[in-house]
Amino acid sequence: LLQVGTLELLAPYPPGWGGNLLRGLVNSIYIAIGAYALGIAIGTAGAYGKLYGGPILRDLLEVYTTIVRGVPELILILLLYYAGGDLINRVLVGLGYSPVDINGLIAGIVVLGVVQGAYSTEVLRGAILAVPQGQIEAARAYGMPPLLLMRRITLPAMLPFAIPGLANLWLIATKDTALLAVVGSFSELTLETRQAAGATKAYFTFYVAAGALYLLLTLVSNIVIARVEIWARRGAPSVAGGD
Amino acid sequence: MSVADGTVERLTRASLWWQPHRIGLVAIAIGLVLLAATTMRWDWIPNYTDLALKGIWTTIWMLVVTSVLGFLLAIPIGLVQVTGPRWLSYPALWFCTVIRGTPLLLQLWLLYYGLGSLFPQFPWIRESFLWPYLRQAWPYAVLSLTLSYAAYEGEVMRGAFAGVARGQLEAARAFGMSRWTRFRRIWLPQAVYNALPTLAGETSRRSP
Repeated sequence: LLQVGTLELLAPYPPGWGGNLLRGLVNSIYIAIGAYALGIAIGTAGAYGKLYGGPILRDLLEVYTTIVRGVPELILILLLYYAGGDLINRVLVGLGYSPVDINGLIAGIVVLGVVQGAYSTEVLRGAILAVPQGQIEAARAYGMPPLLLMRRITLPAMLPFAIPGLANLWLIATKDTALLAVVGSFSELTLETRQAAGATKAYFTFYVAAGALYLLLTLVSNIVIARVEIWARRGAPSVAGGD
Repeated sequence: MSVADGTVERLTRASLWWQPHRIGLVAIAIGLVLLAATTMRWDWIPNYTDLALKGIWTTIWMLVVTSVLGFLLAIPIGLVQVTGPRWLSYPALWFCTVIRGTPLLLQLWLLYYGLGSLFPQFPWIRESFLWPYLRQAWPYAVLSLTLSYAAYEGEVMRGAFAGVARGQLEAARAFGMSRWTRFRRIWLPQAVYNALPTLAGETSRRSP
């Protein structure tokens, strides 16, 4: 019942569904990378806005991070996807254009990126605050313009403080792509799995296989993260107290 | 500190919050809410009130039940990773890794569709007294949320158990306390106390 032809079901060529799962995994990774990059971009801007922005900008960013971090991600995804898509089309129709069909991949990246952005804002804000103030003051005393200061001093100096939080966000991003299966218009891994399982009735086989793929992604990510952490800390004094 | 001082402090804090630009922002927010209230359709609310209330109640009891069960599971999972023999600590470590490394939605569907399609194949399960419950969705939700919570909390509790100062445990041993008493009186309370902020954050994070 369950074991019959498990390997045939998971075969990568057409009678089997393994190829679909792998394609889903690749799509999931695309969405995760895109959302993560967008999240870090939003997070960097948000962190700077929260630290150095005017009162109105700071309040608006506070509202953004509070709402996004306080509402379940699944609800945000449904809200941003359906309500956001509806809003875009209404604006387009209002301006006299014809409504568009929103690309699944891009919508997924934007939706998850907005969620990730709120979390990265907080991570990066904390990391920037952890940079010794004297370093920034010294750079200012040298007459560095703000952007150069950010590129040369703040960003490299805050990286070791930000890496653990950002690594955590990457792992969350890879797993949050699964939530997009509920919307059902991106063929990422969980949706592919659901379709394969529904078509073959071999629910256990496919969900376990998909779980193994996600786990593999996490484990590989962990190895890369460990390397990146060593790289970001190069030259810094060891924190471990002779453990 | 007199009562008057407290009142003044509260008044200054309130006046600090009500900066000029905030009045404008609040006005804009109220305007947006009014716009939504007047231009959007809300006539469906009466039809769905009961359903929404039921949903809120389900969320609350499921949060409470799975948090409590998950925490009870997390204590041994964290403990064996700190002090247990290998045949207990390795499975606990793997449990945490697998649950934390896969999406919750996938676990939920694996249990609901996977177990749900497996159980009816066994006649003895269908004839057991549990069958009326196993045909509903909530046991699977409770199970998967409990396991997920246990894995994340287990990781927190592992750090908390490892973080209790050794001197405390040695002192307890010097008092002649038995293993179980040491655990109950010294190790567990201090670990939970240290982990409390993380536990609270973790609880508020779970929501589906």
